[in-house]
Amino acid sequence: MSGYLRLEGLTKTYAEHRAVDALTLDVARGEVLALLGPSGSGKTTTLRLLAGFERPDAGRIVVDGEDVTTFAPAARRFGMVFQNYALFPHLDVGENVAFGLRTSREVAAKRVAEVLEMVDLAGFARRKVAELSGGQQQRVALARSLAPEPRVLLLDEPLSNLDPSLRERTRRELREAIGRTGITTVFVTHEQEEAFDLGDRVAVLSAGRLEQVGTPDELYDRPATVFVATFVGRANELPGELVGGRPGSRAIVRPEAMRFAAAGALAGTVVARRFAGGHAYFTVRGESGVTFEVFAEHGAARVGAAVRVAVDRVLFREGGGA
Amino acid sequence: MKRFGLRGNLSAVLLVLLLAWVVVYPLLVVGREALGADLGAFFAQPTEWLALWASLWTSAASVALAALVGVPLAFVFERYDFPGRKVLGALVALPAVMPPLVGVIAFLFLYGESGFVARAVQALLARAESPWRLQGPVAILLVHAYSMYVYFYLFTRAGLAKLDAATLEAAASLGAGPFETFRRVTLPLLRPSLVGAALLTFMTALASFSAPYVFGGGFRVMTTQIVNTRLNGDLALAMLETAMLTAVALLGFAVVQWTEGNRAVASVGKGTPPALRIISNPLARRLAAAAGWLLAAVLLLPHATLILISFVPVNTWTTEALPPAFGVVNYRLLFSEAERLRPMLNSLWMAGAATALAVAVAVWAGQLAVRRRSPLGRVIEMLLALPWAVPGTVLAIALATVFSVHRPLAGRFILVGTAAILPLAYFVRNLPLTGRALLAGFRQLDPALDEAAQSLGAGRLRRLTRVTLPLLKPAIAAGGALAFVTALGDFVTSILLYTFETRPISIEILTSLRVGELGVAAAFGVVLMAVSAAALGVGARLGR
Repeated sequence: MSGYLRLEGLTKTYAEHRAVDALTLDVARGEVLALLGPSGSGKTTTLRLLAGFERPDAGRIVVDGEDVTTFAPAARRFGMVFQNYALFPHLDVGENVAFGLRTSREVAAKRVAEVLEMVDLAGFARRKVAELSGGQQQRVALARSLAPEPRVLLLDEPLSNLDPSLRERTRRELREAIGRTGITTVFVTHEQEEAFDLGDRVAVLSAGRLEQVGTPDELYDRPATVFVATFVGRANELPGELVGGRPGSRAIVRPEAMRFAAAGALAGTVVARRFAGGHAYFTVRGESGVTFEVFAEHGAARVGAAVRVAVDRVLFREGGGA
Repeated sequence: MKRFGLRGNLSAVLLVLLLAWVVVYPLLVVGREALGADLGAFFAQPTEWLALWASLWTSAASVALAALVGVPLAFVFERYDFPGRKVLGALVALPAVMPPLVGVIAFLFLYGESGFVARAVQALLARAESPWRLQGPVAILLVHAYSMYVYFYLFTRAGLAKLDAATLEAAASLGAGPFETFRRVTLPLLRPSLVGAALLTFMTALASFSAPYVFGGGFRVMTTQIVNTRLNGDLALAMLETAMLTAVALLGFAVVQWTEGNRAVASVGKGTPPALRIISNPLARRLAAAAGWLLAAVLLLPHATLILISFVPVNTWTTEALPPAFGVVNYRLLFSEAERLRPMLNSLWMAGAATALAVAVAVWAGQLAVRRRSPLGRVIEMLLALPWAVPGTVLAIALATVFSVHRPLAGRFILVGTAAILPLAYFVRNLPLTGRALLAGFRQLDPALDEAAQSLGAGRLRRLTRVTLPLLKPAIAAGGALAFVTALGDFVTSILLYTFETRPISIEILTSLRVGELGVAAAFGVVLMAVSAAALGVGARLGR
């Protein structure tokens, strides 16, 4: 995978606090990369470093062989969609979209119509920004950033300002629009579902460091660190010796890799059940005091029942050998 | 969180130097020259400390009187509904749009010894003499109460509007009666508003010049004492007096800054204000409405008087209770004689230039202090606010002192006697008004909008003209209109700095008054009021 966009050892420190710590990432041309992490993980700072609103203390940003680390935001030719869209309230939709165009009026008008068409807002050019719904505003923001044909598209929590009911549809529209342009995209999110659905690859960040980058399947099935194992998807953390590990070690097990079985190695009591369609998450308090979740058919056990649980697969071990 | 580059630092240092040069430096020069005066002589002369004492007690009394009128009014308009409430509520704030000198001469025409009220009483009692003379502290306090209760009225209304009805209901459910609720809940919650209004009134009264100048007679406060001492040629003593007044004013300024810092504690949570109590008893309703309209009439009487007098031709009204003749001759004089037209044009261009400059500096300051979070931001904000605390008299004397000698190396040039000195004085006095409006405007701007423009390839100039300035339009309109109106009606600095060629309207009003052309003075006043109202109207319209 040749790196069209390359982040090389990016570091940014705020008053002793390392917001981004020696981050290195490669993004291929046309690839959509998600930056996923909890708040404070440095994902937004990374995006702002890419956009040029912050200067890194160390490291480089290279696009298509050109080092843009010291470029002003205006000179980078990166498009950005802001979390709150940052549409200019004093301009109408068409004027917003045309803002970044440096062409004659006629050419600009043609381009505005073209990108509005692309985000399914044809004919909206003379509308006021305040008259639009949240989803429409988001698409105007996308059209505005795409109009000058940027080299890279940056999205900051693109769906966080929308009602949950709107999110799924908008996510699909966003994926289609990005797919149609084939633009190299980096977006920030703290929602796993969003990252996995939109991203070709996902980079998981924690405390300013890159934990792992890979496809959703890789992250889920073969996490590289405890953090990734527990942050991506649901996971139980068990003392290693309970599942055949060395004493003092830790083992990470997915709830769906556990099942109720008369011959199971772990004994415990069901203390709660949380419904999830045909299946349910059972919270089990084990004899040794450890609490974990088992994903099973919703009638598999009653609350209060004494059960035995078998472990099919240990996802990750730390601090000891198998 | 933007890193502050070399260019930003240079720009901030330049702005601080500019503001220090026109705001702080003149005060320092006054301070130094005051050291040359005899401090002992100041306190040995009863006239001196009596004037200082008079300034202090009239200001305190103005606060009490203004509160006495403004606070009950605010309660009535914010809590009760009666016919005409909306219109009256707006009319009640009208004294605020009267330039100080215009308000004073309106009072003179209305309540003065040859004013309407005095003539009416004289005719009623069939007396040969005027029944009273409008002079001394009583007259000054009357004018102050009339023009300054608006601060209490507006602040208290704003405070009441923010009150959460649930707190009052909670007090009631805990067994507190209406009086106890008022004393233990409403009043403490209103305290920040009341303290703010009281300080504003005190500072305004302390700096008041027009009323003491016209009505004071032998009764001197510091502002008039300074001007008098200067006219008598005792410059050193005038400097000392100026320094004394400045010290008192700056003390007040410090108190204001301190209480504003504390004010944030006041509001706890969001809530809805208590519902308007509708007066349902028909008799009470009619009484309330009648009282309201009567009050409005009293408040509008000065405006009406001014308009009426402006239509009385000069030398036609002598001893009659009502003017015998009316006509537009005064207005024709105003606009047909070049020498009378000049003060109006002077005021317009000087106020316009000073306002434009003050807006530009405020935008510059906002960019640095708010947008780019300059390390010098606090200093810049302080320097912008400082002229507010400096009485106009002090500022004029300070500028007159610094800019009356040619010493370029000390930053002093001869501007006194030129057309530049009054716009400069207006500019400095405008800084707090435009500064406050624009800093608030910048704080409301979403920084992401500027970043969005950057990521779309817009450079510095394009971002300023296409994004920042259009978004700041409301703040520019509001602050600019207020600054323009203040400069247009300025009297206190003008009287110390004007030259014959650059005399503004206020000086011309005074001259007309002195030569007995009351109608012309009134016509000037009406024009001033009309232009001010128009400017504020345009400002409010653009600000929406």
